[in-house]
Amino acid sequence: MSYQEELRNRIEKIEQGGKAAYHEKNEEKGKLFVRKRLEILFDEGVEIEDAFFANCMAEDLPSDGVVTGIGKINGQPVCVMANDSTVKAGSWGKRTVEKIIRIQETAEKLEIPMLYLVDSAGARITDQIEMFPGRRGAGRIFHNQIKLSGRVPQICLLFGPSAAGGAYIPAFCDIVVMVDGNASMYLGSPRMAEMVIGEKVSLEEMGGANMHCSVSGCGDVLVKSEEEALHYARTYLSYFPPNFRKQPEAAANKDVKAFEKSIVDIIPENQNAPFNMHDLIQRIIDEDSFCEVKKKFAPELITGLARINGKSVGIIANQPRMKGGVLFHDSADKAAKFIQLCDAFHIPLLFLADIPGFMIGTKVERAGIIRHGAKMLAAMSEATVPKISVIVRKAYGAGLYAMAGPAFEPDCCLALPTAQIAVMGPEAAVNAVYANKIAALPEDERPAFIKRKQEEYRDDIDIYRLASEMVIDAVIDPENLRQELMTRFELYESKNVHFTERKHGVYPV
Amino acid sequence: MQEVKASMAGSVWKITVQVGEQVEADQDVVILESMKMEIPIAAEEAGTVKELKVAEGDFVNEGDVIAIIE
Repeated sequence: MSYQEELRNRIEKIEQGGKAAYHEKNEEKGKLFVRKRLEILFDEGVEIEDAFFANCMAEDLPSDGVVTGIGKINGQPVCVMANDSTVKAGSWGKRTVEKIIRIQETAEKLEIPMLYLVDSAGARITDQIEMFPGRRGAGRIFHNQIKLSGRVPQICLLFGPSAAGGAYIPAFCDIVVMVDGNASMYLGSPRMAEMVIGEKVSLEEMGGANMHCSVSGCGDVLVKSEEEALHYARTYLSYFPPNFRKQPEAAANKDVKAFEKSIVDIIPENQNAPFNMHDLIQRIIDEDSFCEVKKKFAPELITGLARINGKSVGIIANQPRMKGGVLFHDSADKAAKFIQLCDAFHIPLLFLADIPGFMIGTKVERAGIIRHGAKMLAAMSEATVPKISVIVRKAYGAGLYAMAGPAFEPDCCLALPTAQIAVMGPEAAVNAVYANKIAALPEDERPAFIKRKQEEYRDDIDIYRLASEMVIDAVIDPENLRQELMTRFELYESKNVHFTERKHGVYPV
Repeated sequence: MQEVKASMAGSVWKITVQVGEQVEADQDVVILESMKMEIPIAAEEAGTVKELKVAEGDFVNEGDVIAIIE
């Protein structure tokens, strides 16, 4: 056998991954082979791969169970680490960990995005001394992720389990995409939970994709298939620059979709009646440009990437259709991370406010709504990207503050003629001020009195009065909203502010 | 069988279906009133309303079952 032949044979063997039986098992679950995943993810597959021969002296550990390298997405180079679950269930040995650390270091040096395609059972206990505790043990992967955060986009695609320590890879990414039915995240398996704390629970219930994307918020995007996850990653990245030094690239200019009903038609006159905020979003962004983040989690607040006039924007919008658009601890938490994500990568922010306020009651106080709300305010306040606040309908109490109200230095606070800014709504306010007086009135006189006081209150918070006081910067005809946003975002592009000087704030987490 | 649950604490303002009625996915089953807002609660899947667990004016907590649909 010539030396070239030997090389070819070795490459061929390694490229096949683990034993055929494991490939079949994956196929049954709708899981693709790691190299197939990378083919779909990249424009032209992995272009360079390092440590392909890692652990090649062992019989059954091709590439030590992980592929690391660089490929291109939408023409831009991106670093990747991808577990191979046909090799010892994608578990991490000494070389697996070293490979992951090295590709992270490459992403840092080249200042390009880092993708994690996770499908791993966790640490190889037999290798623990070499891969767990030391300076270049698995902890270093997380340390590197924390360091990379905000420097380059980090994306996690979860195709299988991400167990114990491994569950921190998704936790430190900007966004986590989970494949329904196969992806899971947990610190201790159901078997361990039963042994250690006596809980009997299924994997899906405890750490499944649906649970994480709708209840815990550890997952951001729930997808049906691996292909969908890979395509989502490609789309998502198109809104981002490769690193924090650069600006996102504009897409070819697109028009807004044509709708039969205008914005005026979709906003109900009754402030308390729900409407679907997505209908408004679709009327101001470029056609088919909405890429929602955390759709299933805390849906009373919509967060998503979009394009206006071809340029990336991050949208934070109250959803009156869900829970009245009231802010909860989970929605505040969701907003805080999304705002930070956009601000880190120069994506301007658009707030669409229609909010009765923060939720009240025992349940949310016990959940710490005050500190979660504070976290949202802190993130919004610190964001130095162009920031536009649009008051669509009501913006009551701290709800106005959370949605980039005038005190938080938005570049402008715009109001639609339907806007209503106040400490609280007319019903609540009249009750708060006149409760005793109302009680003292004969019952048949009460409705008329309440109605009169509510009308007086409405006049008092009239939007033109607030415009006259310069609380808001402009009142906009809803039909011109898109044009107004296009013009303003373009003019704000040269914004250059530094929030303040210090080492860093003490975050209200 | 699916349980339609209250998405947040509030009082039942209107019940918009009757026992035995056919409902479609995303159709509103009840409207709660909370934080001075109308909060529609919809069925997740299509089916027949088997039972209504609340009456208009009742207080419900987040997660309480409002209706059962088969």
